[in-house]
Amino acid sequence: MHFGLSEEQNMIVDTVRGFVEKEIYPHENKVEELGYVPQEIADDIKSKVLNMGFYAPNFPEEVGGGGLNHLEFALLERELGRGSMALTHFWGRPQNILMACEGEQIERYLTPAIKGERMDALAMTEPDAGSDIRSMKTFAKKDGSDWIINGTKHFISGAAHADFVIVFIATGEDDTPKGPKKRITCFLVDRGHPGFEIKPGYKSLSHRGYDNMILTFDDCRIPNSQVLGEVDGGFEVMNTWLYATRITVATMSVGRARRVFDYALQYAVDRKQFGQQIGKFQGVSFKLADMITEIDAADWLTLASAWRLDEGLEANREIASAKVYASEVLARVTDEAIQIHGGMGLMNDLPLERFWRDARVERIWDGTSEIQRHIISRDLLRRLGG
Amino acid sequence: MKILVPVKRVIDYNVKVRVKADQSGVELANVKMAMNPFDEIAVEQAIRFKEAGAADEVIAVSIGPDQSQETIRTALAMGADRGIHVQASHDTEPLAIAKILKAIIAKEEPGLVIMGKQSIDDDSNQTGQMLATLTGWPQATFASNVEIKDNVLNIIREVDSGLEHITCPMPAVITVDLRLNEPRYASLPNIMKAKKKPIDQISLDDLGVDASQRLKTLKVEEPPAREAGIMVDSVPLLVEKLKNEAKVI
Ligand SMILES: Cc1cc2nc3c(=O)[nH]c(=O)nc-3n(C[C@H](O)[C@H](O)[C@H](O)COP(=O)(O)OP(=O)(O)OC[C@H]3O[C@@H](n4cnc5c(N)ncnc54)[C@H](O)[C@@H]3O)c2cc1C
Ligand SMILES: Cc1cc2nc3c(=O)[nH]c(=O)nc-3n(C[C@H](O)[C@H](O)[C@H](O)COP(=O)(O)OP(=O)(O)OC[C@H]3O[C@@H](n4cnc5c(N)ncnc54)[C@H](O)[C@@H]3O)c2cc1C
Repeated sequence: MHFGLSEEQNMIVDTVRGFVEKEIYPHENKVEELGYVPQEIADDIKSKVLNMGFYAPNFPEEVGGGGLNHLEFALLERELGRGSMALTHFWGRPQNILMACEGEQIERYLTPAIKGERMDALAMTEPDAGSDIRSMKTFAKKDGSDWIINGTKHFISGAAHADFVIVFIATGEDDTPKGPKKRITCFLVDRGHPGFEIKPGYKSLSHRGYDNMILTFDDCRIPNSQVLGEVDGGFEVMNTWLYATRITVATMSVGRARRVFDYALQYAVDRKQFGQQIGKFQGVSFKLADMITEIDAADWLTLASAWRLDEGLEANREIASAKVYASEVLARVTDEAIQIHGGMGLMNDLPLERFWRDARVERIWDGTSEIQRHIISRDLLRRLGG
Repeated sequence: MKILVPVKRVIDYNVKVRVKADQSGVELANVKMAMNPFDEIAVEQAIRFKEAGAADEVIAVSIGPDQSQETIRTALAMGADRGIHVQASHDTEPLAIAKILKAIIAKEEPGLVIMGKQSIDDDSNQTGQMLATLTGWPQATFASNVEIKDNVLNIIREVDSGLEHITCPMPAVITVDLRLNEPRYASLPNIMKAKKKPIDQISLDDLGVDASQRLKTLKVEEPPAREAGIMVDSVPLLVEKLKNEAKVI
C-alpha cells in the first residue's frame, strides 16, 4: 500500500492548481455576471494550455495527447474542479470515446480535437429519455449508404462551443422476451450540417456560463462514414469509453469541496461573536471536523477508483460509489460552509452561494444519485443471484 | 554559454506564516513550500535566453536540505537543463550562499548568473551583491528588462528615482525584479522529462566552504496586529490626521 504521489504527480497537481488560481479565479465573477465566457478569455485559456502541452491530457501520447493515466487525470481534474466549469471547459479534455475513430475520422475528428482546433460535445439525453437512455426516440433510418436522422436531444453541455457532436441515436429495435429493445448507434455530426441545429437550451441553476443546448435533427442526411464504432454498436463504444467519465464528476466535486472548505475554515477563525472566534464553539468546530473527514474520504474513494482502472481491475461499482458520495459530500460541504458564514454566506459578495448552486447538478448529471445506487446495489446483489 | 540560476525553497507565498511557539523561527512543519517567486522569474529569463540562442545550458542550483531538490525539479520542469544540489541547512546565510555559488562558478564557468533580487522569507537582498563582490564580476541588480547584444548586457533597473538604463560586460551577476517577466507554467512534457534530467549532489566539504552561522537569531515575533481604520469625512481632516496623528507627512 502506498498513498503518496510521485514527484511528477505532485508537479502536475501544483501546476494545475497554480493555473486555476491565476488564470481562472480572476475571471469567475465576470462570467457569473455576464452568463457567458467572453471569447478572448476562452481563447487565452485555450492557447496557454496548448502551450503548456496540457491540452487533451487524457489522450495517449501516440495520438498527440498528454498521456496521463486515470489516476493522474483524476488529480488534474480535481484541481480544475476548483474553478468555474464555464472557464475550465477551455482546458480541453475531449471525450475519450474519440479514440474509437477509424480511417479518415482520425484526421477529421480525433486529431483536431486533441490539437484544440475543433471542440466536441456528447449527446445522449432526450426530453423523454434521461436515466433510461435506451428509450431514446431520436431515430436514424437507413437510406442507401446514408442515414436520415430525426429527433431532439437536450441538456447537451459544451455544445455551445462544439464544432461537432458525438451523438447516440436509435437505429433499430429487437423483440426480446422483456419487450422491444432499441439498437443504438453512435454518430459524428458536424455543426452546420444541413438538417442539424444547435439551439440555446434552458437557463440552469448551476454553472452559469456553462450552457446546456438543444440539438434538433430534421431529416438530417449523413453518410455511413460518420458512424463511430459499429452500426448498432452504440452501447459497446459507450461501455468501452464512457465508463470512466463519472470519475470526472467525483473528482471535480472533491476539488471544489476543498476550495469551499478553506473559506469556512478561515471564517471560523476570523469571525468573532460572543467575544470569541466562532470556531471555538463546538457547534461550528464539529461541522469543520465532519466536513474535512468527508472530503478526505471522498478524495480517497475517488482516487482509488481511478487507480483500479489503471490496474485493470473491475471498477464499475467503485466509480459509482465515488460519484454518488463525492457529489453528496459537496452538497453538504457547500451547505455547511454557508451556515458557518451566517447571513453573509448567502450574499453574492462571496462565492459561496455560487458553489452551493453549482453543487446541485453534480447529483443529477452523468447518472443521478439514484442510478449510481442502482449500479452499486445491482453489482452486489447480482453476484448472489439477486 | 552556461547560465547559472540559484533557486531557493521558501514558504509558498499563499501561506499565512506563523511564528513557532518557542519564538525560535517560523513554523515550517506541514507548511506548503515552493520556489522563491523572484527565482522563478530568473529561471524564466534564463530559459528565454536559451530559446533565443544566447545560451546553451541553464543550470539550476539550490542550497538547502534534501527537499530543495523538489525546487530544482520545478526549475527543470520549466525548462532548465540540469541541477546542482548543495546539501546545507535551511537557514544558511547570504554570505555563505554567495561563497558556495562562487565555488560552483569556479567549476562550471557560467557566462551569467541570474538570480532573484531577494527571497521572500528572509528578504535579505544581499546574495547577488555579495556574489558579485566575491567574484569581482559586475552586478546589475533589480533588473526589469534585460537584453544581450554583441556580448554586452543592456539592462533596465528599477530604482527609486525611475528607470535606469545601464550596459554591463559579461560574465556578470543579474538580480531580477518582479516586473521582468511572467514565469511560464511547467509544461506537461517537461514535467515528465524533469525526472530524467540529472541533479548533481555536492557537499560543502567538496566545495571547501565554511557555512557556519555568523548571525544569531534571538527571537522571532509576529508583527503587531493592525488596528481598525477610521473613516474621515473631509480631505483637510485627512491631512490633519496624517500630519498630527500618524505623523507620516
Ligand atoms: C446541466 C446539465 C447538463 C447535461 N449535460 C449533458 C450532456 O452533455 N450530454 C448528455 O447526454 N446529457 C447531459 N445531461 C443529462 C443528464 O445526464 C440527465 O439529466 C440525467 O441522466 C438524468 O436524466 P433526466 O434529467 O431526464 O431525469 P430522469 O431520468 O427523468 O429522472 C427523474 C428522477 O427519477 C429518478 N429515476 C429515474 N430512473 C430511476 C430508477 N431506475 N430508479 C430510481 N430512480 C430513478 C432519477 O434519479 C431522478 O431523481 C445534462 C443534464 C444537465 C442538468
Ligand atoms: C436575507 C437576510 C435578511 C435579514 N434581515 C434582517 C432584518 O431585517 N433585521 C435584522 O436585524 N437582521 C436581519 N438579518 C440578520 C440575521 O438575523 C443574521 O444573519 C443571523 O442572526 C445570523 O447572524 P450573522 O449572519 O451575523 O452570523 P453569525 O452570528 O456571525 O454566525 C456565524 C456562524 O456562527 C454560528 N454561531 C454564532 N454564535 C454561536 C454560538 N454561540 N454557538 C454556536 N454557533 C454559533 C452561527 O450559528 C453561524 O453558523 C437578515 C439576514 C439575512 C441573510
